[in-house]
Amino acid sequence: MKATAMRTFRAVVCATALAPLGVLAAGAELHLDRAPDRSGDTAALQHGAKLFINYCLNCHGASFMRYNRLRDIGLTEEQIKGSLLFTADKTGEPMRTALRREEAKRWFGAAPPDLSIIARARASEFGSGADWLYTYLRGFYRDESRPTGWNNSVFANVGMPHVLWELQGGRSFQVEQVRARSGKGPTGYEKVVATYDEEGRRTEKVEPLAGADHGEGARTDFGPARGGKLDQAEYDAAVADLVGFLVFMGEPVAGWRKQLGIYVLIALGVLAVLSYALKREYWKDVH
Amino acid sequence: MAGAANYQKYKSDGSRLGDLTEWVDARFPLTSTWRAHLSEYYAPKNFNFWYYFGSLAFLVLVLQLVTGIFLTMHYKPDASLNSAGVPVAFAAVEYIMRDVPWGWLIRYLHSTGASAFFIAVYLHMFRALLYGSYRKPRELIWIFGVFIYLCLMAEAFAGYLLPWGQMSYWGAQVIINLFSAIPLIGPELTVWIRGDYVVGDATLNRMFSFHVVAIPLVLIGIVAVHVAALHEVGSNNPDGIEIKKKKDERGIPLDGIPFHPYYTVKDIFGVMVFLIFFSIIVFFAPELGGYFLEFNNFIPADPLVTPQHIAPVWYFTPFYSILRANTVNFFWVDAKLWGVIFMGLGVMAFFFLPWLDRSPVKSIRYRGPLYKGALAIFVVAFLILGYLGMLPPTPGRTIVAQVCTVLYFLFFLLMPIYSRLDRCTPEPERVRWK
Repeated sequence: MKATAMRTFRAVVCATALAPLGVLAAGAELHLDRAPDRSGDTAALQHGAKLFINYCLNCHGASFMRYNRLRDIGLTEEQIKGSLLFTADKTGEPMRTALRREEAKRWFGAAPPDLSIIARARASEFGSGADWLYTYLRGFYRDESRPTGWNNSVFANVGMPHVLWELQGGRSFQVEQVRARSGKGPTGYEKVVATYDEEGRRTEKVEPLAGADHGEGARTDFGPARGGKLDQAEYDAAVADLVGFLVFMGEPVAGWRKQLGIYVLIALGVLAVLSYALKREYWKDVH
Repeated sequence: MAGAANYQKYKSDGSRLGDLTEWVDARFPLTSTWRAHLSEYYAPKNFNFWYYFGSLAFLVLVLQLVTGIFLTMHYKPDASLNSAGVPVAFAAVEYIMRDVPWGWLIRYLHSTGASAFFIAVYLHMFRALLYGSYRKPRELIWIFGVFIYLCLMAEAFAGYLLPWGQMSYWGAQVIINLFSAIPLIGPELTVWIRGDYVVGDATLNRMFSFHVVAIPLVLIGIVAVHVAALHEVGSNNPDGIEIKKKKDERGIPLDGIPFHPYYTVKDIFGVMVFLIFFSIIVFFAPELGGYFLEFNNFIPADPLVTPQHIAPVWYFTPFYSILRANTVNFFWVDAKLWGVIFMGLGVMAFFFLPWLDRSPVKSIRYRGPLYKGALAIFVVAFLILGYLGMLPPTPGRTIVAQVCTVLYFLFFLLMPIYSRLDRCTPEPERVRWK
């Protein structure tokens, strides 16, 4: 009797739990490259800080990040004052941008966002915020139809130009898309290949696909970069450092938080054992 | 205070402490309160795992109050933009995270505590469903408990607006707009609630007031009443039988043990284990993959940019799913209003449990397959609704949500029938250990 009830119980749980799984899997995919982990690597983070201050801070602010917080990644007060303090007088001040909001709005269509916690804001089900930034900063291509002359494979029609261009150089870009045929004519699928050359000129090729069963989706591809100061591996590493710094800036206390967490868990583990022993001692006489 | 009058006043044994206690006792029910609620409050000796969550919920309440007091010292409920173009309220939270000594810890304890509160309360409520703790004579304990749950939802909603991120803003916009579905007065009502035509500074300030003063005050009051009612009738137990029916010659239940020290030491152990799990989240995953702190909420509130997908925090998502599952205009009533009605009924249904349940036994140990099956379906439906509420809707998901919504309500509606028809086994005379 008890066993039957238990079996019914389990069968019901399983059936109700598994039934909708098929319907649940759906949604558009965003492919992101995994950003290398730079946490704790002070040399890389210092390099990232330098890149941030030289290339980002002109337009973006980091209004929650004080300059002297850079001591957390191994820089001294003198180093900060000597070579990094461009937009403030004292190291206790936040990293403000020199750009005025109204002007930025006029030039780019939108004021560039504050980057203090951008690495936390850009996280999604597709990857961490670092992954998004790492892919985004390596995803610029020339597009003459855009006001800035640049477009991005992760953030379509972004207002930001490719500020790291002098490091990376120019590249051709190709996006290959399989989609359902629209308009008149037989239904089916077609492959659209759009190519942007290094000057940003767009050419498009459309070819119909045989068969009725094609998954829709897009694949992107970049040509080799030319004319930059860095080769591809060096550029990727530089972006990884920059993203590492953005991650650090998103939560400067994260390193200490995890370190402290270990001590807290050890202490709680000891207390849990002791409190269990105490409980056993008291409960000896309960029968 | 339960039975305080039955106790003798403390008579000093001549020591300093004894004299002091006698002095206080003559003026305040100290010893009698201690005895009535702790050292001579007899709880069943067979509490199991599920009985930790009441004391844990109380612990989290205290944690939220204490961390909340410190957060209030540094937070500013102000929607205006600072010189960097960031809303002051949003910047205040980051100021706490970076510049206030230990501010990050206080904030993460509070944000994780919000979710922990709901986890503890949901498990505490599930315990009641398992062992029939809402049944006679504990109906009022249960009703006060559902009021605590309602308060907690209001408290969480108001608190979630305060960081003034995109999810705070648009979540509040969506939820407050629900009231506009009410016929005739709806649109005016939403303006009255917001204090503005859109969610704005006025809304932020009143939610701050609700979150730090009004609702906590009510919450503490109901918690006190909840515990007072519990101590009047005594705790239920996993066997669902009344220990007060079998007493020894001194009037002490044979299966009862004093709450202090037995359950105080046991709950201290529970607290330690809870704090281990709690600390893992606070120190190693405070966002918990976007479930405890939503990623979009790291973007300052922007009334001009609507996020693609607005989802409430996980603890509201089952009811959010029920809201969205209503897609048909029915009886000349708008689907949105049906959604609001069913969402409201989904919460209110809990109030009626003590009278819907007609089983001759309380505990799931002695109930038959019908209740076990019904409870299992209910829990699974609730979890699926919660999961779906976090995702953007698709036609397939909507159908699943509709099926689960029906199952959710059938648990309550059919309870008078299946609980009576169930093949129950006889309850034991005395509590069992397993």
